Amino acid sequence: MNWLSLNWPQVIELTRDHLLLSAPALLLSVLIAVPIGRLAQQRPRIGGALLGAASLLYAIPALPLLIIIPALFGVPLRSPATMVIALTVYGVALLVRTAADAFGSVDPRVREAAVAVGHSPRSVFWRVDLPLAVPVLLAGVRVVAVSTVSLVTIGALIGVPSLGTLLTDGFQRGIPAEVATGIIATMALALLFDALLVAAGRALTPWATIRHERPLPQEETT
Amino acid sequence: MNLFLDALAWLTDPAHWTGPGGVPTRVLQHLAITFAAVTAAAILALPAGVLIGHTRKGAGLVGAIAGAARAIPTLGLLTLLGLALGIGLKAPLIALIVLAVPSVLAGAYAGVQNVDTAITGAARAIGMNPRQIVFQVEIPLAAPVLIGGLRAATLQVVATATLAAYTADFGLGRYLFSGLKSRDYAEMLAGALLVAALALLLELLFAAGQRLAAKRIAAPAHEKGAAESDSPREKEPV
Repeated sequence: MNWLSLNWPQVIELTRDHLLLSAPALLLSVLIAVPIGRLAQQRPRIGGALLGAASLLYAIPALPLLIIIPALFGVPLRSPATMVIALTVYGVALLVRTAADAFGSVDPRVREAAVAVGHSPRSVFWRVDLPLAVPVLLAGVRVVAVSTVSLVTIGALIGVPSLGTLLTDGFQRGIPAEVATGIIATMALALLFDALLVAAGRALTPWATIRHERPLPQEETT
Repeated sequence: MNLFLDALAWLTDPAHWTGPGGVPTRVLQHLAITFAAVTAAAILALPAGVLIGHTRKGAGLVGAIAGAARAIPTLGLLTLLGLALGIGLKAPLIALIVLAVPSVLAGAYAGVQNVDTAITGAARAIGMNPRQIVFQVEIPLAAPVLIGGLRAATLQVVATATLAAYTADFGLGRYLFSGLKSRDYAEMLAGALLVAALALLLELLFAAGQRLAAKRIAAPAHEKGAAESDSPREKEPV
């Protein structure tokens, strides 16, 4: 506690850095993965290949990826851009399958009914498919959010400041309290993201809270 | 693409393929720590997971453990253990085991729990005792999902074993950290490509093993189970 009371301005600054790396990556992941997932669900032939490629992409370890990205994209190694690109790559790899499953979970009869009452294809997507896909999609986004926040710490190894800096700095200077602060702050941030996403999910699916005893499909690791 | 050519030049330099810091030694070290961590995690988590799946009790506990473990940054666990245990292999090994346990546990528990109750009921009806049901019915039928859990764990560990080089002179991560320190981008990139190749290789091997298990051990009808276990996994820190 003593370490924290002396260094809290630094912790707050690093928390802000952490947030500025993880939030854009999460947003980009969702924006990129949802259209791909939708495509994969509608055209299973292209979809199968896309999902396979995504799962292979996901198999690439993070620290090596951080080093490969600058060589591919020409961004400097020690830049926030490297981190955001790497985190987005993982986010997309993880989310496309869930996004495809999410659109697959929408009852086709509901879609047909929407077409029957005169919705255009665009309107079917925005007003029927997407809202009904939210519960499954959200389960995936929550997994990605927690893992993204945790993954940001790795950036400290290549010199991108985040709460991970407390981990490497604390290790090098032999201050367990600093490392512990880094771990707890990272986990707290992950929990905060998760709580915000759950709240967003409630707001986006008001019909689900009425019969919330029906369990939502959960993303489980196997 | 010039950087990739440099990395390729580094990789094809015979000087990097011999001695204690050579590529073959590093690859073997990397595989050894991966194997040790996954084996230890399997010894700890497989019996517990099978038991939870069999009794169908404690599923909430598994969920809680998996959720909490997912949020712990492995780098944090590693550095904290490194400070407590000193430089060496103990800290990364423990951190890797902690990383692997949730996936193995979830795979074993989900696999066994998903076995059709009609099948276990039939096994009991023909006079099998609980022990026989577990070993001769549930585990074989759960094999694809169970192997899926081991696959996820192995993949996470082989990726994260890169971090072992942060506290010990061990594994392929050494190339990344020494390259970072000396600003030798070719060495860093070569190390990165080696780890990525190793991870992809293991992933493909496990995918093939899982398909085989679905075909041979579990009934062909359960092949669908293997495909389902291919669902997104959590991302490990590294």
